[in-house]
Amino acid sequence: MSDEPLVLGIETSCDETGVGIVRGQTLLVDTVASSVDEHARFGGVVPEVASRAHLEAMIPTIERACRDAGVQLRDLDAISVTSGPGLAGALLVGVASAKALALALGKPLYGVNHLASHVAVDIVEHGPLPEPTMAMLVSGGHSSLLLVPDVTNDVRSLGSTMDDAAGEAFDKVARVLGLPFPGGPHVDRAARDGNRIAIDFPRGLTTGRDMERHRFDFSFSGLKTAVARWVETRHRAGESVPVADVAASFQEAVVDVLTRKALLACKEHDVDHLLIGGGVAANSRLRALAEERCAKAGVTLRVPRPGLCTDNGAMVAALGAQMVSKGREPSDLGLPTDSSMPVTLVQA
Amino acid sequence: MLLLAIDTSTTAITVGLHDGTSVVAEETTLDARAHAEHLAPGISAALRAAGAAPGDVTDVVVGIGPGPFTGLRVGIVTGRTFAFALGLPVRGLTSLDALAHEAWTDGHRGDLLVATDARRKEVYAAAYALGDDGAARASAPAVARAADLPPELRALPCAGRGPSLYPEALPHAAGPLDVSGGALADLAVRRLPRDTGDTPATGLQWVDPGHGFDGLEPLYLRRPDAAPAPPSKKSTLG
Ligand SMILES: Nc1ncnc2c1ncn2[C@@H]1O[C@H](COP(=O)(O)OP(=O)(O)OP(=O)(O)O)[C@@H](O)[C@H]1O
Repeated sequence: MSDEPLVLGIETSCDETGVGIVRGQTLLVDTVASSVDEHARFGGVVPEVASRAHLEAMIPTIERACRDAGVQLRDLDAISVTSGPGLAGALLVGVASAKALALALGKPLYGVNHLASHVAVDIVEHGPLPEPTMAMLVSGGHSSLLLVPDVTNDVRSLGSTMDDAAGEAFDKVARVLGLPFPGGPHVDRAARDGNRIAIDFPRGLTTGRDMERHRFDFSFSGLKTAVARWVETRHRAGESVPVADVAASFQEAVVDVLTRKALLACKEHDVDHLLIGGGVAANSRLRALAEERCAKAGVTLRVPRPGLCTDNGAMVAALGAQMVSKGREPSDLGLPTDSSMPVTLVQA
Repeated sequence: MLLLAIDTSTTAITVGLHDGTSVVAEETTLDARAHAEHLAPGISAALRAAGAAPGDVTDVVVGIGPGPFTGLRVGIVTGRTFAFALGLPVRGLTSLDALAHEAWTDGHRGDLLVATDARRKEVYAAAYALGDDGAARASAPAVARAADLPPELRALPCAGRGPSLYPEALPHAAGPLDVSGGALADLAVRRLPRDTGDTPATGLQWVDPGHGFDGLEPLYLRRPDAAPAPPSKKSTLG
């Protein structure tokens, strides 16, 4: 049929049970079961609830992925799985399941980094990654700028958030504005009717000394506090809160800093491809501003479609297929999970 | 037949293989914090010791607890997935039953309490009557402080780690401390209906409770703590 590797990837680092199957650089199926609704009333992901949901969803999700892709498990060339970073108990369910598959089927196992997978997924969307590629990962748990000479074994961190992740800032501001969890998409929608220069919210780590010491780092907690204070002041004065304007101005502050630093990194490292991944990459204003600034700088922008930006199994399969293609050694069956796996460690 | 039994509900990460006549291999690692690391290598080692390949396994049985959640899930998802991958039937057994069964095969008779570590100053406990035909469960598994168990239960000989953790409440230690994969396998073989000698291997056979088995759902016995994850998983600088 094809000598490109057929790889099944499992992702359980947070609240989505994801199973994807990739052949080489072609996505065959991306199946996701989410427990997000069970967490909504707590305003955040409850680890034990997520872990229980992973256990229930694991086999049905593998079964559905195989059925929809028309793939027999015995035809797989390898299994890959997120071994970190993420919620410890949640990671364990996916890793244990992946090991059982690998052992039962006699296939190699690759324990891979969740963040590198967020980068690798764009291979099944837009083809091979130029080496090096600049990658900006922005999600509910991470905000990182990565220089990626080789996604299978050389990922370098240029900077990351000092406090809140970008998505976390969206979720917290949504709360302040009385919008549901997870807040990102709701802020995005509300902002469409707002004026993004209505309020001049602070841009963290963008001035003077900060640009020297934290050139490619981010900070969003000051911004979140500024928004909360602004809203509070209106409440106290008995005035109504212009939700659309606050959302648009907040969003602008986030995406302005993100795109500015990403393009500066491209320029200083002489890289002409920028990839944006993670849940916040679904943000419409981030996409628009990144396109505008990339075009101006002569940088090619790559953003996977929204469904592949949030956590999924396809991204893990995509990275696994790269590992197989590049002849990387498989992981051991004793592979541990690592809830704080460093982004520079692609494979466990 | 070659029955694979897995349990991760106690400190032991344990695997047993049974050929229908006797336990042919057992692998156990004591490590309360690293279930996922040791389990798959343990299965692999047990198969090697038995001179068997994964494809030789005909039945899978997993201990469904009660036990500390994170470790417990590792055993259950491993058993379910291994069976799914090979199209084998998979069954669940209450893990405490395996401790009572091992006490019984060791010759213990009369009433027995089984109390295992539930963390948070509590134990998972169930009472058993050990007669000539085996160990019969006399009370449903429960989670409680050892000192809050009924006095008549606390007065019984007690298997599991309960007595070593709470010697004042459970003064009569007896029998095994942790589940053994061999004992679980032996119990499962005895409970298997005799006529399922050669089960056809087609698709996942999620064997229903009944016939002496307990289904495949974990016995959590506690609700999840409803606190969201600490806000930031952030900073993954290398
Ligand atoms: N349109 C959007 N605009 C802004 N933020 C968004 C948008 N859509 C989603 N988000 C945010 O993305 C985050 C979810 O990202 P993702 O699905 O990658 O999950 P995660 O668990 O946070 O990821 P990771 O484990 O990779 O850190 C949430 O914080 C959510 O609010």
